[in-house]
Amino acid sequence: MSRLPITKTPKCFLGGAFIRSESGRVYEHKDSAGAFVCNIPLCTRKDLRNAVEAAAKAGPGWAKRSAYNRGQILYRIAEMLESRADELAAAISLTNPNAAASREVRAAIDRTVHYAGWTDKYESLLGSVNPVSTPHFNFTVMEPMGLIGILAPEESPLLGLLSMILPAITSGNTVIALASHGEPYPSILLGEILAVSDLPGGVVNLLTGTRADILPTMATHAHLRAVYAAANKSERTEIQQGAAEHVKRTVFLPSEKPIDWFADDAQGLYHIRHFLEAKTTWHPVGV
Amino acid sequence: MARSNPISLRSLISEIGPVDQVGIEERVAKYITRSIKKASKVQALKLAVSMVDLTTLEGKDTPGKVASLCLKALHPHDDPSIPSTAAVCVYPRLVKHAKKLLRGSSVKIASVATAFPSGQAPLATRLSEVRAAVSDGADEIDMVISRGAFLAGELALVQDEIAAVRDACGKTTLKAILETSELETYDNIRAASFLAMRVLRPGDFIKTSTGKTSSNATLGNNQVMLEAIRDFYLETGTEIAMKPAGGIRTAKQAIQFLIAVKETLGDAWLNNAHYRFGASALLNDLVRQLVKEKTGAYQAPYTFSEASGSY
Repeated sequence: MSRLPITKTPKCFLGGAFIRSESGRVYEHKDSAGAFVCNIPLCTRKDLRNAVEAAAKAGPGWAKRSAYNRGQILYRIAEMLESRADELAAAISLTNPNAAASREVRAAIDRTVHYAGWTDKYESLLGSVNPVSTPHFNFTVMEPMGLIGILAPEESPLLGLLSMILPAITSGNTVIALASHGEPYPSILLGEILAVSDLPGGVVNLLTGTRADILPTMATHAHLRAVYAAANKSERTEIQQGAAEHVKRTVFLPSEKPIDWFADDAQGLYHIRHFLEAKTTWHPVGV
Repeated sequence: MARSNPISLRSLISEIGPVDQVGIEERVAKYITRSIKKASKVQALKLAVSMVDLTTLEGKDTPGKVASLCLKALHPHDDPSIPSTAAVCVYPRLVKHAKKLLRGSSVKIASVATAFPSGQAPLATRLSEVRAAVSDGADEIDMVISRGAFLAGELALVQDEIAAVRDACGKTTLKAILETSELETYDNIRAASFLAMRVLRPGDFIKTSTGKTSSNATLGNNQVMLEAIRDFYLETGTEIAMKPAGGIRTAKQAIQFLIAVKETLGDAWLNNAHYRFGASALLNDLVRQLVKEKTGAYQAPYTFSEASGSY
């Protein structure tokens, strides 16, 4: 007797749970030959709003974890990615047979380990003790900004997305990321992987859908403290105009020319610094 | 009060009718599917602001905290189109501090009394607490009923105590807190509502909860009490007001409660003389949603005096 096929309903990872879009809308996901694969949720600004609420709830707990514990959890994400590496590579090849899929997955796992190592080190390198001419002990510490909105690039659906999420969560921020529209499936798998990685629910929230639905709200939502976007000229302008109202930080990766996600400078300390606030304290001494 | 005072819960319920629990829950499940948008949402939000009893009931309350609460009740936001709240709700000791700031304004001072939240003090003590709050300038008294006596079947005692507190209030409005979570069943809530309403005056309130137990105001409890008010009104012509309290934290919930009022009691109850929200955090979210409707941009909660911090 032949078995009925069991097909998976792709869902977005939001607040530690798997959701369909609040709107109930979906769009067709097709492979490189144009054959139907599955329906992907078409998230709306209300899903973004819900994701922001979830991220805000998770934020204080995540930021309060010890740096060492955050590193352990990021390393755990790498372990979970490793165990599903073949599935991830197949998902990337599905829409883009020319992609170096296995290489991309390996680079994504290595990048996760890279940031796992940074959690308890960036603060020593970016913080400082400052010389002042008054009887004060003056020092600067780095604190996470809060909620970060991410617009992931269209290409490199796994490595690009993770390379943008990791530097933000390393220091205790929480993120809401919109995945690639044309190649969303790796982000669906990434959600399933993050759900079993000891990462508290709500620290990473992954949305799928169109930029036109999400970008204007991401730019103007006052609760998001920064937007990190792989964006073209007109998108950058729209984000900057929206962000100006609440003095939101914007960090851009211009998408006019291809981004080399495998490059050495696609990771590291200075990416972490984008999403930190410096707090300087004047402590009276020796009077 | 011409009617005979029923001795037993059973006879009271057979007189007023029992509650169809499944029917109530089906009914309130419909309320959360209503879509209130744009201009009607703004209207509902402003109405909800005008119905808030801005509450602080903590052991650590100070005159300073009450002062800031009063100023917030008077001017919830810069926007002058956002109304003042209906009242502030504080412990009796703090009434006189609130009075200094609210004298002459539209914001009333409500005070919990009668050994809130348990009500487990001798009647004489509870009455003297009520008189003290009234003489300090409270406009409204929130009393707790004796749930222990109710559950022990001493219904007449419960009713007599409410009547005694009512008399101690003088001209002050009385709100009788049933503490629904301790009454266990919808039938009990309905019975307690009738017990209280029969000795209350027009314009007095019945109120769901103290906010001090694990379970607070729900749409279900609210619906049972609204229907009790409706049935009592149809029977006697007396308009009793309603105040759900505790657990209503978001603007969305508040609008759902208002829908329940609109669809059960109608427009006559959609004002702050007939319906109130007992809440502390709700006002922040109401104002936040009003600013969102005005500017089009989602707002951060910490802009509206939630706990500050990067999140």
